[in-house]
Formats: sequence, C-alpha cells, structure tokens
Amino acid sequence: MTSVTTATADVPDATGRFGEFGRRFVPETLMQALEELEQEYARAREDATFQSELDALLKHFVGRPNPLYFARRLTDHCGGAQIYLKREDLNHTGAHKINNTLGQVLLTRRMGKGRVIAETGAGQHGVATATACALFGLPCVVYMGEEDVRRQKLNVFNMETMGAEVRPVSSGSRTLRDAINEAMRDWMASVADTHYIIGSVVGPHPFPMMVRDFQSIIGRETKSQSLEQFGRLPDEVIACVGGGSNSAGMFYPFIEDKNVKLTGVEPGGRGAEPGEHASTLSYGEKGVLHGSYSYVLQDADGQTEDVHSISAGLDYPGVGPEHSYWKETGRVQYGPVSDDEALEAFGTLARLEGILPALESSHAVAQVIKTAASRSSDDVIVVCLSGRGDKDVYEVARLLGKEL
Amino acid sequence: MCTALTTRVRDFLRGRSLYNGPRSGPYEGLLLSTPISRTFAELKAAGKMAFMPFITAGDPDLETTAALIRELASQGVDLIEIGFPYSDPIADGPVIQASYTRALQRQIHVNDIFECVKGVVETAEEKRPNLVAMVAYAIVLRVGAEKFVAQAKQAGFDGFIVPDLPADEADEMATIVKAAKLDLIQLIAPTTTAERTAKILELASGFLYCISVAGTTGARDELPPALYEQLEWLKSQTEIPLAVGFGVSKAEQVEPLRGLADGVIVGSAIVRSAAEGGVAAVGELAAAMTASAHELP
Repeated sequence: MTSVTTATADVPDATGRFGEFGRRFVPETLMQALEELEQEYARAREDATFQSELDALLKHFVGRPNPLYFARRLTDHCGGAQIYLKREDLNHTGAHKINNTLGQVLLTRRMGKGRVIAETGAGQHGVATATACALFGLPCVVYMGEEDVRRQKLNVFNMETMGAEVRPVSSGSRTLRDAINEAMRDWMASVADTHYIIGSVVGPHPFPMMVRDFQSIIGRETKSQSLEQFGRLPDEVIACVGGGSNSAGMFYPFIEDKNVKLTGVEPGGRGAEPGEHASTLSYGEKGVLHGSYSYVLQDADGQTEDVHSISAGLDYPGVGPEHSYWKETGRVQYGPVSDDEALEAFGTLARLEGILPALESSHAVAQVIKTAASRSSDDVIVVCLSGRGDKDVYEVARLLGKEL
Repeated sequence: MCTALTTRVRDFLRGRSLYNGPRSGPYEGLLLSTPISRTFAELKAAGKMAFMPFITAGDPDLETTAALIRELASQGVDLIEIGFPYSDPIADGPVIQASYTRALQRQIHVNDIFECVKGVVETAEEKRPNLVAMVAYAIVLRVGAEKFVAQAKQAGFDGFIVPDLPADEADEMATIVKAAKLDLIQLIAPTTTAERTAKILELASGFLYCISVAGTTGARDELPPALYEQLEWLKSQTEIPLAVGFGVSKAEQVEPLRGLADGVIVGSAIVRSAAEGGVAAVGELAAAMTASAHELP
C-alpha cells in the first residue's frame, strides 16, 4: 500500500506524480517536447490573456455555461434522491471534449506549432479537435481505429467535412489504444512542428494534469450552479470513466469537499472475464501504458489485454493516473456497469426526459438509476451527462435488431 | 585492500585510454567489469567498430530465434539486441511492430524467451556476441525489475535497453542492473538538449544508443547531417562508446560514421530480411555489415 491516505487537489508534483501514479515513460525523442509543453502550459495558466481568450471561446463558441438540469421524471421514476444532469451534451459538438481541445489549440498557437494530431475512440474527441482546428485554420490529422471508424461513421464524416484527415489504424485491436500508439509514433517524427492534442487525462506528464484542468470547468460550473439552484453542494456526483476526462473534470473541483461522495462508473461490458469489459480500475493491475504509470488491464507478462465495451469512447485498457490516485486514496469509488444496463438507461432517459445520452454517459445514468432509490428525497445526486447520443443511434439500432 | 587494487587498475586503464566509463556517477569504475564494456574496449584497441543487429524474439517462432542467434554469432557480430515482443510499442515503426504482432499471436511469453536464450548460450562457444534485451518498461515492471534482471542474467543477457524508460525515471532500474554487473543502456535523441544530455550521461553505461532521426525505428536512405554534429559534440562530452541506431540499414552507411561512432545498430532491415529470406538472408546481411564495421581505417 502507498503512504498516501488522503487525496489532495495539490497534485501532480513537479515530476508529474499523483501519489505514485503518472510520471513520464516515453522514448527520449519525446522528452524535450513534453518539457517544453509543461513550461508553456505553466506560463499560459498564469496568463490572464490566455485565460480570457479561452473563457470567451467557451462562452460564445461552445455555449457555456450549460445547464445543471433537474430531471424530474427520472427522479420520480427512481423514487429517491433528486437527480440533476450536468448537460455537457449541450456543448457545441455534443460532448465535453471541446473544453479540452480549445485549450490545447490555444496552446498549440502559443508554442508556434503549425500542425495538430489527435487520436479518437468514439470520434467525439476527433470531432472536437477537428472543430478547434477549423476555427484556427490549423491542419489536423486524426488517428482512429478501423473498428471505431466502422462504429462511428457519422463522426468520421463530420471530421472530414471540417477539413481534418482521418487515418484509420489497422494495427492491434484497431480501437482507441492503437489510435493512441499511432498518434505517438507520428509525434515522434513530427514533434518539431506538431502538437499532439491528447483527448483524455492519460499519457505522460503534463497531459493528465492539463486535460484535467481544461475539463475542470465542468465541476466548477456544477458547484456554483448547485449553490445557486439548491443552496448547497450535492451529496453525490456520478460520472463515467474510460480514460477518465469528463469524470476528472467533474470530480477535481470536489476533491477537497469531503462530504460529496464521488462515484466513477466503468464499462462493465459483458462480464468480469478478461476481454469482456474495460473496467481498468475495478479489475486492472498497476503498470505502464501510453507513457504513464496507472492501473492497466494487462496479462501476467505486462501485455495489454483486449477490452470490450458497448461504447467506443470507454473501450480503453488504461485510465488516467489521477483516477488511480483517487482509487488508492479512497476518495472516489469506482465500479462497473454492464453493456445491458447502459443500453437500458439510454432508453429510459430518452423516454422519461426526452434526452438521448451518449452510450458513454448512459453508464453514469444507469448507475444513478441503480442507487437513487436507496437515498432520501432530500438528497441530491448530480450525473455528468458527458455527451449526446446521436452518434450512437446506428449502433443502438443494430443492437436492438432494428434497421435505420 | 581489494578496493585499493581496483582503484589502481582503474587509474592505470584511464591512463591507457582504455577506460570507457563515466568519471563520476553510479557506474564509476565499474564499466570494465561488464561484458559489454569489455567488448567495446577490445574493438577500440583493434580500431574496429561494433556491429549490433536486432532480432525479434519469437518471430515467427523461438526455434528461428535460436537459429538466428547462432547464425549471427557465426558471422562475428559483436552484440545482438533481442526484442521482447510488446503489445503497444510506441517507439517502433511498422516492420518491428508487425514482427511483435506475429510473435504475440503465437502466445510467446517472457519465460519462453529466457529459456530459448539460455539454451543457445549454454551451447555457444566461449567467445560469443553480447546479448542485450530490448524490452518495454511495461514488461519489466509487471515481472518486477529485480526478478526480470536476475532471470535475464541467468539466461545469459549482458545488458538492457528499455526504450520508454527515460533517464529521469531510470535510477531504480539502473541500480538493480548495476548490482548485477550488467549495463542499462541509455538512449539519446536528436531532440535531446544539452541539459538532458548531462543527466543521461550520468547514468550511461556500456554504450550510448544514439537515435539518428526523430521518429520510430525503420530504414532510411540517408542519415541526417545533424547526427554527425551531435556525435562529434558527444565525443567531446564523454568517453562512453557511441552506437548509432534507427534508420541504419546498409553497409554504405557505416563508412561516414567511422571515427565518430563506435558501433552501428540495424533493426528493421534485419527483421525484414528474416521475414522475407529467413536465416540465410540475415546471415548475408550480417556478414556485409560486420565486414564494413570491422574494416580497418
């Protein structure tokens, strides 16, 4: 066990450590770029002009703040705690991913780099990167696993329409993890003039910290809206965890509010057997993947295991190092929700609230449906509705045996 | 008594310019006690460069790996890098990636690789090439660094290259490898700053792996001019042998490096020739490369 007993918001340290997690495990070729990025980001963070430019974009381009919405019929249906939804699905491009890509594109410009690369799983981060690049006139290449290209045709079309080049990745499992490998390989050769906009709180330092910071707007808004709308902080906050960016952004501002229970929902897939799920924190071991030390789904030799989730955006065998730190310190409780439960929640939210959630977010909705009844009607639970479900309707229809 | 003797031997060797190692840091004075540093010292005394081919363990099977090691040894190569297949090799180009995938499809395990190498080493002649494990940190960490190093040493490995373990994170592994009297090879890239170079040289041991181009492994027609400048500068900073890898694929690329580098590493070209032409083709390429590296100036 680690010596860390209480989670603090004052992480990572200068070497990128969240407790024992995080750090930098990348080839020497990338080290200088990471040091440069770390320094430039530290300067940007203190720069009022940078912050105000980002704030203006978030307000006028993304449409923030988005609502903290009281889901009355879902609350009645569950018969317990009051359920509020943080509506990241109402952001421009339909998910929380844009919060991060705008911040990183502004950094790209600050560093004087003229090209952007990104990886994408479900396509939401790819679309958000393509959008930010179109806005700033930057050439953009998005790596996407072949399997995900098949599952998320709509997002591929959207990216290409906005001028991005989508490069299908046919190595390995042909999903998010391989897309990250390929983006890193591109970056090794192009690091002098290219910035890699990583889409989650994963990868080598400073990415996990930087992406968390850009996504923390979710939690900060939720806190002030909670105080405004019901005069106190919520009793529990629930968010889904793949790589973990929407949940990190939602949880981070609450870390020191010890009375707020934080619950991370992992993709439980079809069961607990290796290959049937992508619940890294629930079933993984400590190890290294994609440049940081965190929990990883790996075999006894350290080879990364194949994963499965109904949701392309959660289909990842690793997780952000700060989540591993929160798990280890007990600050956040993590557990799996199955494909079937997520699919059921997708339909429930659609029928009761007129909202089609992304399959990723449906995992968080399923969790609140499971637990709201065990709480009193005085309690408040906030669910991070990280994205909208339009991109998933073809896959959901296919699973339900319907043809579109 | 014993320490005093070691110190005198070291001073003597320094005086004779045979001492390759750092003048300070954790490896001070230990280098000539490692097999790899002895190999470089001998080559240097003879005015030769080292040739170091890379092969992927288990591609397509371990019988082939054993045959390749024997063939390379018989061609007189100085060191063989043996790649441990990994599922997510971000530093590797398409040729080596594909070889890892082929090996992993056959369910190769770390223990099988150790067994295979041990079998070859036990039947090898006394004078054999040094063997270096090229291995992802994910694998080392999962097995446990101490256990991995102990098992590797027992199998006959002389050193380690962990391409995703930068000097900043390498202290613990370096201490373990040093205690085993083997070498943890450090890498240096075209993007490495002077400040980072100093940190890397502090840990450097055996030889310094100089990555010729920013990018992944794989053959390139020409080596970039900046490489020669970097090698020249490095020569002024350290006495540790310099070996050039990434992008080297043919004998003609060796000549311009003479005097600047102490060795060349060929990976993708060897792996490709193994996949296309088998053991004989690898032997032919290795013979040409070795001849070129061993040619006297």
